[in-house]
Amino acid sequence: MSETNGSNGGAPAGLTKKDFSSDQETRWCPGCGDYAILATVQQFLPELGLPPERIVFVAGIGCAGRFAYYMNTYGVHGIHGRAPALATGLALARSDLSIWVVSGDGDALSIGGNHLIHALRRNVPIKILLFNNQIYGLTKGQYSPTSEEGKVTKSTPFGSLDHPFNPIALALGAEATFVARTVDTDREHQAQVLRAAADHQGSALIEIYQNCNVFNDGAFEAVRGKGRDANQIRLEHSKPIRFGVDSERGVTRGPDGRLRLETVSEVGEDALVVHDAHDPNPSQAFSLAHLSERPNGPTPIGLFRAVERPVFAESMTRELESAREGVGTEDLDALLRSGDTWTVE
Amino acid sequence: MNKATEEIERVVVRFAGDSGDGIQLAGDRFAAATALVGNDLATLPDFPAEIRAPAGTLAGVSAFQIHFASRDILTPGGQPNVLVAMNPAALKANLTELERGGIVIANQDGFSEHNLRKAGYEANPLDDGALDDYQVFRVPMTSMTVRATEGIDGITARDAARSKNLFALGLVSWMYSRPTDATIRWIEQKFAAKPQIMEANLAAFRAGYNFGETAELLQVHYEVKAAPAEPGTYRGINGTTAAALGLIAASVRSGLPLFLASYPITPASELLHELSRHKRFGVRTVQAEDEIAAANMALGASFGGHLGVTASSGPGMDLKQETIGLAATLELPLVVIDVQRAGPSTGMPTKTEAADLLMAIHGRHGESPLPVVAASTPAQCFEAVLEAARIAVAYRTPVILLSDTFLANSSEPWRVPDAADLPEIDPGFATGPNSGEEFWPYLRDERGARPWALPGTTGLQHVIGGLEKEDGTGHISYEPGNHALMTRLRAKKIAGIATEIGELEVDRVDGAEMLVLGWGSTYGAIKGAVRRVRLRGEKVDSAHLHHLNPLPRNTGEVVRSYRKVLIPEMNTGQLVNIIRGEFLVDALSYTKVEGLPIFAEELDDVITERL
Repeated sequence: MSETNGSNGGAPAGLTKKDFSSDQETRWCPGCGDYAILATVQQFLPELGLPPERIVFVAGIGCAGRFAYYMNTYGVHGIHGRAPALATGLALARSDLSIWVVSGDGDALSIGGNHLIHALRRNVPIKILLFNNQIYGLTKGQYSPTSEEGKVTKSTPFGSLDHPFNPIALALGAEATFVARTVDTDREHQAQVLRAAADHQGSALIEIYQNCNVFNDGAFEAVRGKGRDANQIRLEHSKPIRFGVDSERGVTRGPDGRLRLETVSEVGEDALVVHDAHDPNPSQAFSLAHLSERPNGPTPIGLFRAVERPVFAESMTRELESAREGVGTEDLDALLRSGDTWTVE
Repeated sequence: MNKATEEIERVVVRFAGDSGDGIQLAGDRFAAATALVGNDLATLPDFPAEIRAPAGTLAGVSAFQIHFASRDILTPGGQPNVLVAMNPAALKANLTELERGGIVIANQDGFSEHNLRKAGYEANPLDDGALDDYQVFRVPMTSMTVRATEGIDGITARDAARSKNLFALGLVSWMYSRPTDATIRWIEQKFAAKPQIMEANLAAFRAGYNFGETAELLQVHYEVKAAPAEPGTYRGINGTTAAALGLIAASVRSGLPLFLASYPITPASELLHELSRHKRFGVRTVQAEDEIAAANMALGASFGGHLGVTASSGPGMDLKQETIGLAATLELPLVVIDVQRAGPSTGMPTKTEAADLLMAIHGRHGESPLPVVAASTPAQCFEAVLEAARIAVAYRTPVILLSDTFLANSSEPWRVPDAADLPEIDPGFATGPNSGEEFWPYLRDERGARPWALPGTTGLQHVIGGLEKEDGTGHISYEPGNHALMTRLRAKKIAGIATEIGELEVDRVDGAEMLVLGWGSTYGAIKGAVRRVRLRGEKVDSAHLHHLNPLPRNTGEVVRSYRKVLIPEMNTGQLVNIIRGEFLVDALSYTKVEGLPIFAEELDDVITERL
């Protein structure tokens, strides 16, 4: 089995979005952010340069869980929260496949939190798409582990008491080698992030802000609605971090070491923090993750971190695959008779 | 000195000491040497869950029992004939089970006032007549070990004293005329990296052996001749190793790479340890982040075309059940090994029980039938695991293989099969469309099994999941009639396995009116008890189930043909309820949940009483 877990350049001739789309009728609510993500992913997949049979989508439970059924690839719709574990087993067994996990904020961060952090720290070659809508949609509107404190939902009529996770900070804390954020309707940006994730060797965590127009409409209005040009802080490696309609604002580091938002004309361009996604030290990425606790104002999107670390069990897999070649009944006979034996005539 | 040699047919020896005394190691080596003599044997390790319970206390006593004979034997024996006690706690914890008049070999140095107090003795039982009914040999094992190791560079008296288990092993090896070469070779290999420890252990072992030969204390030693056995190559094996080899055999015979994902749990961790050594066979082992992940990783590997296996014990099995249910509806091969231990909850992690039968058969929500296979002896774990893998692959289904703590840790001689004689397992991967131009992942074969199409196969892309699937196409379906049909098709597939497995074989005598029916590790005790009863002229038959779901097709016919059916189990009555419910037979039940196996002697009494 040849190795590839991301793109290998040069797409097989003539593959298009259609080749990666199944004939199943999509059944998300009209207006759901999932439609935009599905279309972007299907549009992007030909870029991997792999035929559909070499791609696998592994989904968990939740609205996002249906994603796999709409792909004309191989797919498994598993149980709640366990998609990263199932995908880990598949990735270890088959290094020739490109494996994508589709999960949501409840699936990945609540019931499946353990599998997510361990897949990331191991650097398993899987790409995890975390559809974050800050609500439980499929169970009809309870608060999720990314919902804001005080969130009033069916299960929290007096407001939620839970402090939410910051998925980017959590992934960085879990030693993830690739951490990015994008927005459902921003298809071009999303495709860029998918491309970078596919090129990354190892696990990738992509948080996608996804609007649930039924149970949590407008949660990401600041970065996906009319004001998005003012609020999206687009992180670009090796460039000063600037944002705003005319790039008039930027990120600086204060004397206390904390990142802050400033007007460029007031502080001067040289004062801006330069983004280094490849910095082995995750401190600045972590600070950027905390630049906005809620996506209701200026919020970083793009690639927070992409560093190289050995891919989980890669060399071991090669060793095991070549060891097995040619193993037959003679070797088995020798194994069964190993250790102290005696013979009865 | 020339000492007398007495020939005996069988003997049960129990080594007992602190859990840090190396009792299991001494026992294992004694068993290995005994196997090489050609005796039939069975062993029973019994140790506390605490890794190092406070030294000298009853809670910290670790024991290893071995039954060996010049005829075939079936159990590790009930009452020991010989007790080797390294300290007062070991004596106290085990004395009640020693046969009257039996031999006590006590490490006199271990009977300090301090240790006596910790074991709750007010006076030294070696001195106060408490052991008058036994033959007692007081041997200063610790001090003699220290003396034997004097002169080895870099060995402190404290290090030296730790080798006293090998002194005890040497002494008992002399008593029962065990060969020393294999043990010496083993010590040399095991401690090759630590030459001083190796020297100390060799010195202790030889000192123990020589003490037996020269000291006037012991006047007789014993010989137990080789037991008659079928021609062939033999080795000693415990259930864990047998299961590991069974999995490797299944991998070789199927061509499927072996993939084991497990989370450490007593006593199933040993299987993870054992399999992780076999890189040569391409065995992939993963220590997962939890039990659920382990099951999912194995299932993911199966989806990718490996032989996915996960192993655990009670608490871990509870956690895996949702994933096993997923495997049942995905209809992918998955082997789940449950090394049962005493529950509920954490229970007694190092003690045996067989109370997971109903959980294995019924422990998932919804209708999710799956095959259940149970091993009957340590060596039989090999065959049982191979059978579980065969069924899993042939029927595209998760299979639960039930073992238990006793089977996993006990050992016995195993006649090694020829690899070429083992069943071949054909994965029969799907290679092309099966419905016109299309590929339908739930179009079944004559067994009711669905096609297994591996990712990477051109044109066979499909998505499988936990949602109900339309018959044939596998598309999501909520159609009422389809769900009823799929439920029945899944059940029919599993029930149909009965047509391919052998019939329940009965060990018959003419005119028997009672059948003793067992499953799992009670095999030896049942055979042994029935043999004892028959020697007294009683007529009793026995049969043993290796397939618990589905049951062999003649099971009903067999149980209905007896006036009485007695079912001994290491639970509170699980198989008995299945037999009663399935076949409307008023079966009798004998149950034991003491964290110990059922012994032939006790079952003999039960059978006799109920005849």
